[in-house]
Amino acid sequence: MANALEIKNISVIYGEGTPFRKAALKNISTAFPQGEITGIIGHTGSGKSTLASLLNGLSKATEGEVLLFGENIWAKPKEMKKIRSRVGLVFQYPEYQLFDETVESDIAFGPKNIGLDAEEIKSRVRLAAEFCGLSEKELKRSPFELSGGQKRRAAIAGVLAMRPEIIVLDEPAAGLDPKGREEILSGLVEYKNRYGATLIIISHSMEDIAKYADRILVMKDGEIYMQGTVEEIFIQAERLFDAKLDLPQITKLFIELKKRGLCESTDVYTVGYAKKEIQKNITK
Amino acid sequence: MLKDVTFGQYYPGNSLLHRTDPRIKMLILIEYLVLVLVAKSELAALISLAFTAFLIAVSGVRLRVLIKSVKPLIFVLAFTAIINLFFTVGEGEPLIEWSFITVYSSGVRNAVMMLLRLLSLVLGTSVLISFTTSPLELTDAIEALLSPLKKIKVPVHEFAMMMSIALRFIPTLIEETNKIISAQKARCADFESGKLLERIKALIPILIPLFVSAVRRAEELADAMECRCYNGGEGRTKLKAMKSRPTDYVFLFAATVVTVAVFLANRLQFSEILTLCKAIF
Repeated sequence: MANALEIKNISVIYGEGTPFRKAALKNISTAFPQGEITGIIGHTGSGKSTLASLLNGLSKATEGEVLLFGENIWAKPKEMKKIRSRVGLVFQYPEYQLFDETVESDIAFGPKNIGLDAEEIKSRVRLAAEFCGLSEKELKRSPFELSGGQKRRAAIAGVLAMRPEIIVLDEPAAGLDPKGREEILSGLVEYKNRYGATLIIISHSMEDIAKYADRILVMKDGEIYMQGTVEEIFIQAERLFDAKLDLPQITKLFIELKKRGLCESTDVYTVGYAKKEIQKNITK
Repeated sequence: MLKDVTFGQYYPGNSLLHRTDPRIKMLILIEYLVLVLVAKSELAALISLAFTAFLIAVSGVRLRVLIKSVKPLIFVLAFTAIINLFFTVGEGEPLIEWSFITVYSSGVRNAVMMLLRLLSLVLGTSVLISFTTSPLELTDAIEALLSPLKKIKVPVHEFAMMMSIALRFIPTLIEETNKIISAQKARCADFESGKLLERIKALIPILIPLFVSAVRRAEELADAMECRCYNGGEGRTKLKAMKSRPTDYVFLFAATVVTVAVFLANRLQFSEILTLCKAIF
């Protein structure tokens, strides 16, 4: 599969020449294959969010380039708007960006800015709201009347309505209740499957990453510390602990079970797989 | 969009000015403003320039940073200089007389004096206060200096607290603004093109979330302060009590001497000084 996004030798340095100089990213390169979900994990301050804002050209790296389907996104700075509609970026706590009178017109803000016609905008707004689990009634309300979780959905729908090929999400489910998390993330996966989109999800939740990601990128101190499939990453518990990260809770449970001789495998990363594994052990 | 806000920003350091008691610095600031504004004669201007140079030297702030802080004011500086140059009507023969333009020697003198005065004001105050005093020290100093007013029931502590909260939230709000701008840009918002009215309209998606979050923050902060039993200045002690050291008083005394010197120098004409010098040697 082709690479939807690729970054080459990216460095980002803040405050060059002042007492506040800080290298946020240090010469990193990686690729995000089309149609896959890449999870980015890392301790606070490891450069995850900085990386996210580079991917749709909101900020420019001090050095290095970002390639969208092989083309440098900074090749034509005047067409940046187009790049941003193709690479959707959902910030941390996106609910703070809501501003319009109704949820519907707020979601329509992005598509309107691209210059779509009214019919198209309307259908896209409906569809985006559906993916994010917002009802018709909620679309007519003011975004400031919604609950925190619904606001989050509205904000994510505002990006989905642009129908991006790649969506970068910075902690899309942070601070939500378990059911809300589940619904938002599965809605995104549904969107991905429908349009063959590529997802890049930054998260602190090892459980979410283990469940949804195809590939994991571990960041530490502005560098890519590890990358690989879910199995390849979570098998290296020691290295994860070094990056001040953790294993999914279910994996930790299985490690304990193995210590007590109750099961053999410790490569269990999701609850669904754990269920099968336990049933297998019981029938034995 | 909002990146260069060096003008009036604290630069951490450990210079003489950084270590000086902020209360003393406030007093020196008052003296400094007076001496720069009253300096009229050449000698007085020289003294005030020398004092400004001294302040810059002991602040340890790098010249590049200072130049950057003056840059946004270039237009104002140039404008005042030009106005003074062309619109001063002096005595005697004009230096240049060409169609409607007449320049007198006193015009040149005024332009130079005004330029130096403005530059000194900006540089002197920024090295004395902005660059070398953290906002917290500044409000503490203001509170301490105004505390006599408490006797006549002026809520000095509350004003100081409001001021430090306001100062404290400037960077937060700037950060917040940048975040919102980024978020709306990610939704293809366009702030850089279009007619004036369109550009103003384009700010709505920034301003509304900003106001909403400012109000939310204010409420959260009020709650947090109440949870920690904040009830105003009564009997409150400081985490960092301000202490004046002997050098601070020496500094204050020196500044007073310079101010007095400027007042004296204003009374003397340059020619008088020359004859005075000749008489001595």
